[in-house]
Amino acid sequence: MKYSAPGTPASIVEVAPRYENFIGGKWLAPTQGKYRVDLSPATAKPITEVADSTPEDVELALDAAHAAKDGWGEASATQRAEVLNAIADVIEKNKESLAVAESWENGKPVRETLAADIPLMVDHFRYFAAAARAEEGRSTEIEKDLIAYHFREPLGVVGQIIPFNFPLLMAAWKLAPALAAGNCSVLKPASPTPWSVLKLMETIEDVLPPGVINVVTGPGAEIGKALAANTRIAKVSFTGETVTGRLIMQYAAQNLIPSTVELGGKSPNIFFSDVMAHDDEFFDKAIEGLVLFAFNKGEVCTAPSRALIQADIYEEFMARCLARIAAIRQGNPLDTDTQMGPQVSKQQIEKISSYVDIGRNEGAEVLIGGSRAKMEGEFADGYYFQPTVLKGENKMRVFQEEIFGPVLAVTTFADDEEALAIANDTLYGLGAGVWTRDGTRAYKMGRKIKAGRVWTNCYHQYPAGAAFGGYKISGIGRENHRMMLDHYSQTKNLLVSYSTKPLGLF
Amino acid sequence: MSEQRITATPAARQAIARLRAERGSGVMFVQSGGCCAGSTPMCYAEGEFVIGDIDVLLGSIDSSPFYIDRRLDEAWHQEQFVLDVADGEPEDFSLAAGDNLHFVTRQPPCAVPAD
Repeated sequence: MKYSAPGTPASIVEVAPRYENFIGGKWLAPTQGKYRVDLSPATAKPITEVADSTPEDVELALDAAHAAKDGWGEASATQRAEVLNAIADVIEKNKESLAVAESWENGKPVRETLAADIPLMVDHFRYFAAAARAEEGRSTEIEKDLIAYHFREPLGVVGQIIPFNFPLLMAAWKLAPALAAGNCSVLKPASPTPWSVLKLMETIEDVLPPGVINVVTGPGAEIGKALAANTRIAKVSFTGETVTGRLIMQYAAQNLIPSTVELGGKSPNIFFSDVMAHDDEFFDKAIEGLVLFAFNKGEVCTAPSRALIQADIYEEFMARCLARIAAIRQGNPLDTDTQMGPQVSKQQIEKISSYVDIGRNEGAEVLIGGSRAKMEGEFADGYYFQPTVLKGENKMRVFQEEIFGPVLAVTTFADDEEALAIANDTLYGLGAGVWTRDGTRAYKMGRKIKAGRVWTNCYHQYPAGAAFGGYKISGIGRENHRMMLDHYSQTKNLLVSYSTKPLGLF
Repeated sequence: MSEQRITATPAARQAIARLRAERGSGVMFVQSGGCCAGSTPMCYAEGEFVIGDIDVLLGSIDSSPFYIDRRLDEAWHQEQFVLDVADGEPEDFSLAAGDNLHFVTRQPPCAVPAD
């Protein structure tokens, strides 16, 4: 089916002419009264306007978060879990409209937002509601009359900065654990994708205590630093690119606060010969596993952007994969038949084109795609790029640099040792994929690949409960797991003596 | 002092001059490594980004230093960089190169688009 574009009469998504910041449970106009146009990448035409905020607005959001933090921090785990579950319920109830808003602003196909982004958000809030309820402090009888009690206490107010590629899901990944642990948040959406997050706030504002979540939109240079370097945050959490990750950690070091940074990747996806031992359902799954480089049009930090294929199956396996890639349907992201939408912005599509040129100049062979995709009618100006496969060697730049588009770099390997060497020959260590029918080989490869997540006979699954984060320059910290409650808490120790005897030193 | 490995287009130099005039202080550049920021150079107020031993100075453009992480530099094996500007807002915390413009780095000269 085809959903109507948000804001058109038949659409299930209403669009206001402009959106303000969500601060203290209210919609507040930006202090300086400036707004910026928010585009849909499918048409390159405006959706609406959002606040073009300045540091004063960040301060207002921090005021609201600080006003709310004692009440929320002292709420029982039961009360916090009720709110998280209520958020999950209302998102689930509005799944279609949020999915359509997300697709229209980001460009990702609605079949993905309906099947993945929004259901994963719901699951995420429920997971952390459950995790918060199930948490227990620990006590230790250090001596008969000396007891160490450990309590988890919220950090207070946290600053959270999210990227454009999964605006709603990344908001959920950041907000759910922070709130579950009793913190209040000031969240900055990415500059290209603020609107869907504001639609989320519209959706959940009635079930959310004022000030617990505050959203400020605007340019990173203006408000990113105002938030990340602010002495009124107790933690900063960031998902994005590596240089900015360093800057975030620098600000955190200066303020002596913790940080979590989820950064880039250039993830290897390794296919051993035995995937072709039978032409069965598993083999079909492996083909899809390679084609997942085009998931979310390749705008994923964990995109399986390097395919390593065992040399003896290369020709046949690649032929089957290329047939599947050639069949990818590009078009209106709001059509449930569309498999690939437009890249998020003009900047992104120009960068992707330049990388394909770099690859060609280095001698990579273009097996399919390689240029912008021509679309008809209202999508003629959209930022569409063909799914592209480049065959080359791992030392080439297109194997080493994160392209963040639907561009797969393919090479071959002879044996396990070479596969491992190529897989680990990268600055990054976020994700990896291993495909084989041999469980022992899968286990050994998985343990030796230097990456935080090794998908084994699957890829691009992000269930709550599976820890996610980077090795090497792909970041520090984990998300998507109850261990996040540690990352968003202080540990309070009460060391209590039940003895009446003095130490006897003075 | 090592050789200068960065040059700039007239548009980039104008953008730097404008930024310096508007802000009353200098700027610096740090090459990003891909991801959502699209391998664009980040433009910060001078001294904003703390440079470490891991960073390589590619040169300066009108007194604005341009750095790249040594590990990226080695992986990219790109000898010469050209700083330019392109349409669209900058990513992350980078200063804009003007109204709806951002800085980009290109390879000389074949990768510079004809337009």
